Amino acid sequence: MFPRPIQKSAAPARFAYQAFLPFALILWLLPLIAILLTSIRSAQDINSGNVFGWPSEFALIENYSAVFTQSAAAQYMLNSVLITVPTVMISVALACLAGYALAIYRFRVALPLFFLFVAGNFIPFQILMVPVRDMSVQTGLYDTIAGQFLFHAAFQTGFCTLFMRNFIKALPFDLVESARIEGIAEWKIFWYVMLPLVRPAIAALAVLIFTFVWNDFFWANVLTQGEGAKPITAGVRALNGQFVNNWHLVSAASLMAAIPPVLMFFAMQKHFITGLTLGAVK
Amino acid sequence: MSDATHQSQAEPSWLSRNKLAVAPWIFLIPALIFFAIYVVIPIFESLWLSLYEWNGLYDADGNSTATWVGFQNYVKLWDDPNFWTSLRNNIAWLILYMLAVPLGLFIALFLNQTVTGMRFYKSMFFFPFVISQVVVGLIFGWFYNPDFGVVGTVWKAIFCEETTNILGNVTFTCSRPAPDILSSPEWATYGIIAAGLWPQIAYCMILYLTGLNNVASDQIEAARLDGAKGWKMLWYVVVPQLKPATFIAIVVTVIGALRSFDMIAIMTQGGPFGSTNVLSHYMYEVAISEYGERYGYGSSVATVLFGIMLIFISYFLWQMYQEEKGGR
Repeated sequence: MFPRPIQKSAAPARFAYQAFLPFALILWLLPLIAILLTSIRSAQDINSGNVFGWPSEFALIENYSAVFTQSAAAQYMLNSVLITVPTVMISVALACLAGYALAIYRFRVALPLFFLFVAGNFIPFQILMVPVRDMSVQTGLYDTIAGQFLFHAAFQTGFCTLFMRNFIKALPFDLVESARIEGIAEWKIFWYVMLPLVRPAIAALAVLIFTFVWNDFFWANVLTQGEGAKPITAGVRALNGQFVNNWHLVSAASLMAAIPPVLMFFAMQKHFITGLTLGAVK
Repeated sequence: MSDATHQSQAEPSWLSRNKLAVAPWIFLIPALIFFAIYVVIPIFESLWLSLYEWNGLYDADGNSTATWVGFQNYVKLWDDPNFWTSLRNNIAWLILYMLAVPLGLFIALFLNQTVTGMRFYKSMFFFPFVISQVVVGLIFGWFYNPDFGVVGTVWKAIFCEETTNILGNVTFTCSRPAPDILSSPEWATYGIIAAGLWPQIAYCMILYLTGLNNVASDQIEAARLDGAKGWKMLWYVVVPQLKPATFIAIVVTVIGALRSFDMIAIMTQGGPFGSTNVLSHYMYEVAISEYGERYGYGSSVATVLFGIMLIFISYFLWQMYQEEKGGR
């Protein structure tokens, strides 16, 4: 193990390390802690510049309910859910199929097609912006929930396919081979042999795509205009304009936007990290 | 019924003879169609559109009103000072964002211990990556605020004297005024990059923590017996083993740097005076502005950004191709 385990060090070093850890953590999360404190302060504290001191009064409920009653935050949150959940389902489903095809079958264009999905996943959004926006306007998908999740699902299919293909490639091929010798139909091999094996990958992708899409801001701006279809990230920006210098309300709204991915992360931490770090080890 | 079975035994149908050639396409088709419509085709449309001038409108017959201008948009781009500012800022992002890789490694080294509560510390250090960049942008926008924010408060504590006048109003006399980072054309970009580094360091850290978990301990012990320690051990024994993690960290950092949009849109909207624009934000600003759409010009900015990205993408794909060849 590197660095040398701290247990092997002398007692003072061990103690110093243990004591320094919480201090380092507070320093690292300082912006977040400050905004958390701000979100439960009253307006007077904000104006008198009380940033780190003890709040003169706790306005947790007042602030958060003000966000909901004075703005369309509830609508934005609902929209985010309605955009994110179908995206996850479509892109993961498509990627299971495509990843299986690219990992199991040997055909000449398998690798070029795989690289197409990989490359598509790295391109800048701006190169897609005008045509996708124009297409959405033409087909009536502009400023709708469906217009957003269809795009996200298609785009995230790139990443999901990359992930699935590599995951399936690492599984033992004999399983498929022996099923074929048994004469089992190809789609049955996929459904009964492969799908149960890729469950961890599905879980990892589901949390990752949920987080990516929930946190999207660019496409929310490109593909929507009104309150009806805007997700919370774009909504928070609108609130920021509405609550100018009401930092306690802006903080409360921002934290609310952050809560679902954070819950998702803590609930499925193992899958989340496996997903993100796939390929970081040989 | 029995006749049909008999026949298929004698002469298997074309489909069953070729099922291994047909099956992958059936599995691939839904993803390919979807991906083609929303990703592959739009890329070419954008490239093509960059040779037109178009406000995004259609005439009564449903024909696009775009007019062919050839390379005019690129000529305009060459003379556009905002374009060059954006490009320069993109380079600043690329270079400074790379700090996330070594900084992530150092935090990972710091946290790679097994004392009680370490899992909690690791996930809390990773926390900034999970929250949306919009929220990070808002947090830092407020953090930098010279009147209400943390920077302002700390500054006042150090450089200002609080005086209360007869009416009871509190005023601050400061030896230096608190810096308004996001309103300063010289410093705003660096302020945003610093904010962007926060989640990116967290990402690199988690990559390295996973990598460190898999470092071969026998090699470390062998190197220790040979007297290697500290920096030498890190550089000659540990870092080479972390190569896959480093590769991914660099890939995601480059992509993240060139994709930076959210933070700029939230913190400065490219201002003051366009000094914090990057190509991704400038493209959006040009293409969908309050003064009417300029899809053609916007597409030419997007094409330049795409071209830059393509250099990196080609390199990454080439690296992956080498891996694939080695792996088979």
